[in-house]
Parts: sequence; structure tokens; C-alpha cells
Amino acid sequence: MNKEKWLFEITPKNNLLDLNLKEVWQYRDLLLLFVKRDVVTLYKQTVLGPLWYLIQPLFTSIIFTLVFNGIAGISTGVVPSFLFNLAGITIWNYFKECLIATSDTFKKNEAIFGKVYFPRVIMPMSIIVSNLLKFGIQIFIFICVYIYYYFNGFNVLPNIYILFFPLLIIAMGMIGLGLGMIISSMVTKYRDLTFLVSFGVQLLMYLSAVMYPLDLMREKLIDVEKGTDYSWIVDFNPIAHLIEFGRFILLNDGNYSVFGIIYTSIFTIIVFFLGLLIFNKTEKTFIDTI
Amino acid sequence: MSKDVILKVENLSKQYRLGTLGTGTISHDFNRFLAKIRGKEDPYLKIGESNDRASKGESEYVWALKDINFEVKRGEVLGIIGKNGAGKSTLLKILSKVTGPTTGSIKSNGRIASLLEVGTGFHPEMTGKENIFLNGAILGMTKKEIASKLDEIVSFSGCERYIDTPVKRYSSGMKVRLAFAVAAHLEPDILIVDEVLAVGDAEFQKKAIGKMQDISGEDGRTVLFVSHDMTAIQNLCPISLLLDDGKVSFKGETSKVISEYLKSEPLVDLNSGKIKFEGLVSTNGVELKSLLIQDNKLSQPNILNTYGNGFFELFFESKNLEECNIQAAFTIKNLINKPLLTFSTTFRKQILKKGKKDSIKCSFENLNLIPGTYMLHIWFVNNADKEIIIENTCKIKVVEKDVFNSGVLPTEKYHGHIISNNFKWE
Repeated sequence: MNKEKWLFEITPKNNLLDLNLKEVWQYRDLLLLFVKRDVVTLYKQTVLGPLWYLIQPLFTSIIFTLVFNGIAGISTGVVPSFLFNLAGITIWNYFKECLIATSDTFKKNEAIFGKVYFPRVIMPMSIIVSNLLKFGIQIFIFICVYIYYYFNGFNVLPNIYILFFPLLIIAMGMIGLGLGMIISSMVTKYRDLTFLVSFGVQLLMYLSAVMYPLDLMREKLIDVEKGTDYSWIVDFNPIAHLIEFGRFILLNDGNYSVFGIIYTSIFTIIVFFLGLLIFNKTEKTFIDTI
Repeated sequence: MSKDVILKVENLSKQYRLGTLGTGTISHDFNRFLAKIRGKEDPYLKIGESNDRASKGESEYVWALKDINFEVKRGEVLGIIGKNGAGKSTLLKILSKVTGPTTGSIKSNGRIASLLEVGTGFHPEMTGKENIFLNGAILGMTKKEIASKLDEIVSFSGCERYIDTPVKRYSSGMKVRLAFAVAAHLEPDILIVDEVLAVGDAEFQKKAIGKMQDISGEDGRTVLFVSHDMTAIQNLCPISLLLDDGKVSFKGETSKVISEYLKSEPLVDLNSGKIKFEGLVSTNGVELKSLLIQDNKLSQPNILNTYGNGFFELFFESKNLEECNIQAAFTIKNLINKPLLTFSTTFRKQILKKGKKDSIKCSFENLNLIPGTYMLHIWFVNNADKEIIIENTCKIKVVEKDVFNSGVLPTEKYHGHIISNNFKWE
């Protein structure tokens, strides 16, 4: 008897490495339509609309400047504190939005996922893309503020590494997506993680040198008298490296380490693919456990 | 022959865990993991009981589907019927890849698209047109495909006027129309449809069924259709599959499957042959207790002879029997819910006063039904109180009899009703 040939097969065992990227590509239109949906529907029935994206970073930046630079007296070197904070927040926000929005992919889209099949990964990917738009708005404000400072005597221009800026944003998105996919996969069974995410992200912000220079933070973490050294907290924090590198690009201030860049790149790729694998494994049966 | 088989389901099973997921989950997951690294089988796959909703089971695990096997040929329209919880939705979910099977496999030679719900992913803030694109893409169409069929979709839905209005302003029927219009223009090789036709007005339902017939007939596509609406199943599907407790209990010609399905029936008291009712109490305190259907010549209840004589007797309980003024009707319908004949008190404007007797009885002569299986429906009113209606009370089997003493037996297939013995040919 010759073996029958079938075009498609549904079986319980799925190959861990079978990511079905070809199928994802076939559904690319869906990704764009989801992005369009997110963008079109976001501001329906709000008064200020996209202005919310301007207000949030600006106000956060003002508060940070007051608290960290005013009250705590942290020096941001030659760069105006407000601009320094705004740069950090703008980059951080993209990561944060990506992580938070993707980490409840399965839970939030249960209704759709339970009724129709399409490659699930389209959903978090569309979030990453539509967040890019918000990021675009925020970077636009940053540029406005930048220009304002430029005409008021702060005459440092971004350096040549600005060419790497898109890469930096892609890395941010990939880490956010990777972590988000891992968390969303685990949330399907163990809801505990939702609690972790909401305050974990908050804590991570403080550990990622968003509102102070990385070097300063590293210095303070090493206590020579007591002989304790917590500098690994920043050294092995890829987000801290990315933010510091971002500020270096935008403000030509601060330092970046080659180690940091290599480490972050490797971390990004590992997290992204790990996320993809776990997500891929979960998507098959999550609807039974959610 | 296997060339023609477009979908093949082999030993498909699906296990579910009952109860809530909580702290126990992690220990089970851990045991599974241990078994896996030792190279053993999943310890929880062995246990598990059949999924009878009503009986209380021992195990935490149940098989929603167990060893399902069937094949569908290209261009076939297969109906899937079964009680609530028989596993229909689970089967559809696995077929449409929403969830994976526990064991077994599904093989197909074509693209499967499913319609488990209409309007999945509709966003209320977006216009009809925008939603057509989004919904179409969710169902697996490309933007280009949708754009080329946009006019057709809009005109099929009959919502031209609202097409640039946000969907939240639509009536629910319009949403369904729009959504079904999108789905109907999908071009998969295999289309899976779950009771989505239940909504929408009669005109639209007709349109939808017609469209589904086109899909299978003209375009030669395969359709799997799940519904509780026996008329729709009968109209659409020549062949059906009956699921019972997660197993395929019958597959074959739709009319046979439907009668098999309706066989699984109410409680019959073995001693008296009465069909028992529970909880049928009218507001003025009359409780319907049981029903006896009997042919005068046959000893078994619920079986009647073609052109035979017999009776229906409905027993009830009431505190003040003397004050009961009862009207009632017995209607016999065929299995696709078409009424065939009715015995009603209203025809003669009769009101039954019962005195001490706790039953009403309707006797008949020469029952004009050819052999087959029928459904009995009861209507009952006491003292102009709110009526009690018992739909699908029970099945009645009518068996053949040599009505004309000729050795020729009337059959379901050719003869319809027989009116009487007294017709004359010259």
C-alpha cells in the first residue's frame, strides 16, 4: 500500500522548531489590518485624542526632573535634566508599552482566538508595530524639545551613531515582544504573572537607569567601604544598556560599552526566539486552560 | 478511491480536565514533565472517563472526544448533530485548529476555514467596510481577494446603505448579515459552519442556506455543518454524523441519523410504559405527571399501527380536581418539525371537566400515518391559565400494517399519508 499524501495535517505533537513563518507571511495583510484597527479606534470618543501621547511623557519628565534632579540632586552633566529624562522616558516607554500590551495577548484575545484560527503570533507582532506609531509621536515631541534647547544654547548634536537608532528600537521591540510572549504564554495557565508584570515593570524602570546616568548608577551600587558590589544589576540589564546607548546617540552624552552592546544583542536574540518557541507551543492548546 | 477523500479524521481524542485550575495544576504539570523526561507516557492520558454530563464521575479528567474516525469526500456536505455536550463544538474547534487534539490526527487535502461564530473580530467603532476587510483577513483572505469581492459581499449582505457607518450602530441582524456575507465569500476547500444561521430573518436564512448549497453544489467545496435545527440539516446535508458522548454513534443518510438522534429519549417507566414528566406545573397548581400512548392491538407503549386504533392518555395531579376545566391538544410532527396532524379539544370548542378523574384521554381510530418515526407535542391549558407546552414530548413509532389486506405495505418513501380504506378506483 502506498502512503497517502495529505496537504495538511493536524496532530497533537508539534515540532518545537516548526515556527511556520511561511504561514505568518501569508497572513501579513491581517497584521496590517490589526495595526490599522488599533490606530483608527484608539482615539474614538476621546477629547484630547493623540495629545495623550504628548502629555504623558512630558509630565513624567517634569516630575522626574523635579524629584531626581531637583530634590535628590542627581547631576545629568552638561545635558539639561529635562531633556535627559525625556530621552530616557521616550525609549523606555516603547519597551514598556510593548511588554505590557503583549503580555496579555492570549487573555485579551480569548474571544477571537477561541473562534478562528490564524497564526497567533500576528497579534503581538501587530502590537509592536502599532506601538511604533505611538513611539513616533513621542520622538517627535522629543525633537521639538530638542530644537527648543538647541536655540537656547544647548548646542550638542546627535552623533553619527544615530544611524543605529532604528536598530536600537528594533532591539527594544524584540525584547518587549519576546518577554511579552513568554509571559502571555504562562499567564494562560498561571494568572499570578499578571500581578508580577504590573509592578515588575515599575521596578525594572528604576533598575534600568531611565532617570539617571548609567555610570552614576553603577558607581553608587559599588560600596567600597562595605565591600559590596551590586553593579551587576546594571551590567546585566540589557534595557539599561539600550537606554544608555540611546541617550548616547541622541544627546551625545554618556558612555556605552562594547560589552553592553554585544551582551544586549545576544540577549535580544535569545529572548525573542525563546518567546517565539514558547508562544508557538502554547498557542495550540491554550484555549483549554485559559 | 482515497483520492476523493478530502478530510480524514483518525482516532481523534480530546481530553479535558474538570473543575478549576488552581494549585493542583502545578503538581500535575510537574508529574507530566517527570514522565516526559523519563521517556514515559503522559500519566494522565490513561485515566479519564466518557463525558456523560449528567452522571457524576470519579475522575478529574474526561474525554470530550474519544476515538473519532470519519472521512469526508470532496464536495460532500456533512451534517453533525448531537446533544449538548456530545462533543460537537470540541470537534469543530479541533478541525478549525483553535485547539489541538490530545491524540489522533486530522488529515486534509485542502484549506480549512471555519465559521464557528459570525463576525469574529468585528470592531464596533469601525465602519462596515473596514470590518469586512478585518474580518475577511481574520478568516484568512488577503486584502486583494477581499477588495475584488467587496461589491459582491456588500450586495449579498444587503447593508449598502450602512456600509460607511460604524458597526456599533447596526442592528444585531445586520451584523450577522454582514458577517455571513464575508464568510460566504471565503473560498476554502473545506468550510466548517457552526449554528450561525440561527440568527437573521427568514429571508436571510434562506439566502444563507442557498449560498451554502451553492458552495457545495456548484463550486464543489466540502462543508461540515453543525446545527440543532433539524430542518436546516435535512435541507442541506445528504449525509450526517451523530455524536454521542464524544463518540461517533451513527453515520449515514441524514433522515436515518436524525431519527437515531431523536431516539435518545425521555424516561419511560418500565412497568406501566408511561412517559414521566418532571416539574411541569401550571400556575394554578395542576401538575402533569405522565403520558401513556397505546395502540389497542399492540402491547408495547409508544408504538402505533398504521391506520390503527389507539389512545393518548395524559395523567395529572391537582388539589381540586373538580374545578379543572381542561383544554388540550396532541400534535404529531415529523422529524423535521413539520406538523402532520393534531387532536385538539379546541376544534370542537370542548372543555373537559374532570370530576374525580385525574387524566384526560384522547382516543383515535384509523391513524393516518405511514410507518416511520414521529414526534409528539403537547399543549395543555387549565382554567385559561398559562398554557403548558411540551415540545418534543416523545417519539412515536408507527409500524406497518397490511391496511388494504393486499400484502402491499405503505412506506414512508413513496406514499405520504393514507387517508382511509374507503377510496375507490374504477
